[in-house]
Amino acid sequence: MTTSFTPWSALGGGILIGLASLLLLFALGRIAGISGIAAGLLPPRRGDLGWRLAFVIGLPMGAALWMLGAGGAAVASHAPPWQLALAGLLVGVGTRVGSGCTSGHGVCGLGRFSPRSLAAVLTFMATAMLCVYAWRHLLPELAR
Amino acid sequence: MTGAGAMNRLLAWLSGLLFGVGLAWSGMADPHKVLGFLDVAGAWDPSLLLVMVGAVLTYAVGSRLVTRRARPWLDERFHLPANRRIDARLLAGAAVFGIGWGLAGYCPGPALAGVGLGNGDLIWLLPALLLGWWLAGRGRRV
Repeated sequence: MTTSFTPWSALGGGILIGLASLLLLFALGRIAGISGIAAGLLPPRRGDLGWRLAFVIGLPMGAALWMLGAGGAAVASHAPPWQLALAGLLVGVGTRVGSGCTSGHGVCGLGRFSPRSLAAVLTFMATAMLCVYAWRHLLPELAR
Repeated sequence: MTGAGAMNRLLAWLSGLLFGVGLAWSGMADPHKVLGFLDVAGAWDPSLLLVMVGAVLTYAVGSRLVTRRARPWLDERFHLPANRRIDARLLAGAAVFGIGWGLAGYCPGPALAGVGLGNGDLIWLLPALLLGWWLAGRGRRV
């Protein structure tokens, strides 16, 4: 399935993501790294549980709010279960070992000009693009 | 817990809520759009690039203003990563994350936010994501 370029909603949504991350920095002094915030709940630690849980609960509520307002529909890939499960496992292990994901390294790290985050972003962008290339172009070619 | 704890949670919730709206509005909760960006050899959709530009520029300007203050609003100090070293652990983790990201088009934000959209993919993806976080966290000194 191909999608079309949506520059205005991309830019608008991106700015809102930036503002949401700034709010967390301004109020709590924390980096809005989603993998870091959520993984910090596994296992939960006393005194550090409330704000993490509140942020993680806010995320799907925000998405639901947008869907109610904009009237959008849920978009699932309907990829096979094994593929979704393997993807989830790799994303979980990778983001925790690599100390961050698209939000922590991508938005906050790049925004703070962290060389560590730049290295991480370039690395995960590269392997993600290679993976998609292999999955969408190389494998179908080989299977022919 | 005091009133300060409740304020902490309220503001963290509000940040998560805005983040979730931003993710959904930007189109990044749709795995097709993410994969469309990653598919540089196919019908490339550059939307994700503009999401990053908008978010990073906003954060770059705003975080400089915010961190000029002595402390955040509700805490005694900023909790910012001091580590600037690029090591094998960082790169290996990022590489593994990228493979998983490219395999299905979900990074952690959209995987959690998508629950609010009733996205059926997450029945399979989310438990595995939580398991991955938990497994990788077991061997980690905090």
